[in-house]
Amino acid sequence: MLAYIVSLATFVGFFMLLAIALNLQWGMTGMVNFGIAGFYALGAYTSGILSSKLGLPVGLAMMVAVLAGLAAGAALALLSGRLRDDYLAIVTLGFGEIVRLIILNEDQITEGPRGLRIAEQPLAGWVSVENYPLLYLGLVVLAVAVAFALSETIRRAPMGRVLRAIREDELVASVLGKAVLRHKIRIFAIGGGIMGLAGALYAHYVQNISPDVFLPMVAIFIWMSVIVGGAGNNWGLLLGAGIVMVLLEGSRFIGDIAPWIDAEKLSAGRIILIGVLLIVTLHLRPQGLIPEPRYRNKFQRKS
Amino acid sequence: MTGSQPAGPRPIIEATEVSRNFGAFVAVDRMSISVREGEIVGLIGPNGAGKSTFFNLLSGVMRPSRGRVVFDGADITKLSPSKRARLGMLRTFQLSREFSRMTVLENLLVAPQVQLGEDLLPLFTRRREVDEIERRHFDRAKEVLAIAKLEHVENNRASDLSGGQKKLLELARTLMVDSKLILLDEPGAGVNPALMKTLSDMIQMLRNDHGKTFLIVEHDMDLIASLCTSVTVMAEGRTLVSGSFDEIRQNRQVLDAYLGGAA
Ligand SMILES: Nc1ncnc2c1ncn2[C@@H]1O[C@H](COP(=O)(O)OP(=O)(O)O)[C@@H](O)[C@H]1O
Ligand SMILES: [Mg+2]
Repeated sequence: MLAYIVSLATFVGFFMLLAIALNLQWGMTGMVNFGIAGFYALGAYTSGILSSKLGLPVGLAMMVAVLAGLAAGAALALLSGRLRDDYLAIVTLGFGEIVRLIILNEDQITEGPRGLRIAEQPLAGWVSVENYPLLYLGLVVLAVAVAFALSETIRRAPMGRVLRAIREDELVASVLGKAVLRHKIRIFAIGGGIMGLAGALYAHYVQNISPDVFLPMVAIFIWMSVIVGGAGNNWGLLLGAGIVMVLLEGSRFIGDIAPWIDAEKLSAGRIILIGVLLIVTLHLRPQGLIPEPRYRNKFQRKS
Repeated sequence: MTGSQPAGPRPIIEATEVSRNFGAFVAVDRMSISVREGEIVGLIGPNGAGKSTFFNLLSGVMRPSRGRVVFDGADITKLSPSKRARLGMLRTFQLSREFSRMTVLENLLVAPQVQLGEDLLPLFTRRREVDEIERRHFDRAKEVLAIAKLEHVENNRASDLSGGQKKLLELARTLMVDSKLILLDEPGAGVNPALMKTLSDMIQMLRNDHGKTFLIVEHDMDLIASLCTSVTVMAEGRTLVSGSFDEIRQNRQVLDAYLGGAA
């Protein structure tokens, strides 16, 4: 049971990282990203291939995975930056599918549908095998804490403010003299980097990654986490990621209680459950469980 | 037209034969205008005359199909809106465009142009400086809030303001920046008489005490009469006539243009 909870918490951590990244891109800046699975896969395979096939130290491989996510984010934002907003939706969706199809159809490096086995793990041998999952959870918690702190620093700073301004009205931001495209590329890259990190951590945790994990569905779960939690707010998405994961996992146990429901119906049921949650949230609390806080200047109280 | 102006302060903006069409329709047709430092120039004309489109051409929101715009001595015809803003040209919109889900105070604080804290690295390496700059902007914002009489709503979301207050907020936002020229597109539209006084005083004060230069599109003739040093009348994309308000008022063509359009 403890092992199960530790594993569940680790997965919630991956979700939280992805949600923090989406919140930077969409929640704060208004940039749509439907290709989350693509960034996740890019990070997972980059780190997995570099460590298992090229023998790079795991830490270094993970760093390269972050850089890969960063570069992909910057490239996509640049590519669609000068076009209308809807293009980013199409471009990111396309990116996610292209990454998945490349992984699926490439045989030598990614091992295609067979999946890639990754023996290497970070900090392996530091603790006993039984305690390793706990150490790994610690590592994931640390990553979430760092990403959270980064995002919160941005949100409170003038940087977060200019991103919100771009979200509210890009044209007005530009006639105020803001370099809108530069800001958009930077935040999309930062988000991409965090997603790449999430993918790398996932890869070395499950140690066997295959293209069927990185379906566009991943994006829906992360969007749910951010919307239910409250877009623009970093605390909300932590809650949202937890809720979505508990719903996804919790519905597993329905199979134990009601064995007459077969697996296929069950997995369809999960999706319905997620959809219902979204609809209920949008109706009852469109701003999310923890809405974006209203800005308070730190000098205000003193004066 | 520029030749007939009396010698005086140098022109801050000069548009020469600027045109813009939408398909076959010519919205702005070889418009020229020149505004000198310290002037408040009024741009009036019936609805659909092309005034807002002309503002878009001056501020870079749209590209002219022909013509040239010189700002502060430099040709800016091909510059992006943000580069023009950084040279000191600011504008408001006919339908106010505030950052809705941000507070009134935040709407002001975001305006100063190059902010150290808008970059990532300084947030970690130059915290002190970032805070000092923020403090200065905050003090400035407090002054501007007082001028615009928006202090009591500083923590409200901008979307909660009345139409008139939104107009004031847009003008206030331009005051957070050191600008050389401010383009106001119908600042008085939908503003109640009490706020209109605030607005008018604010513009007058900015010009007299701070030497600001304005180009104002406005339908309220009292506002134009009380503020403007000269007025250009636009109709069907072109300059009909320009001169002092009194000259304009007696012009037959102007009356016709207005009676023809919806004034
Ligand atoms: N983006 C656009 N596309 C097509 N027609 C436009 C556009 N913007 C303005 N127009 C047309 O150009 C003309 C001038 O509009 P505008 O500049 O808003 O006039 P004004 O501000 O003087 O009332 C109007 O006939 C308007 O319908
Ligand atoms: Mg107009």
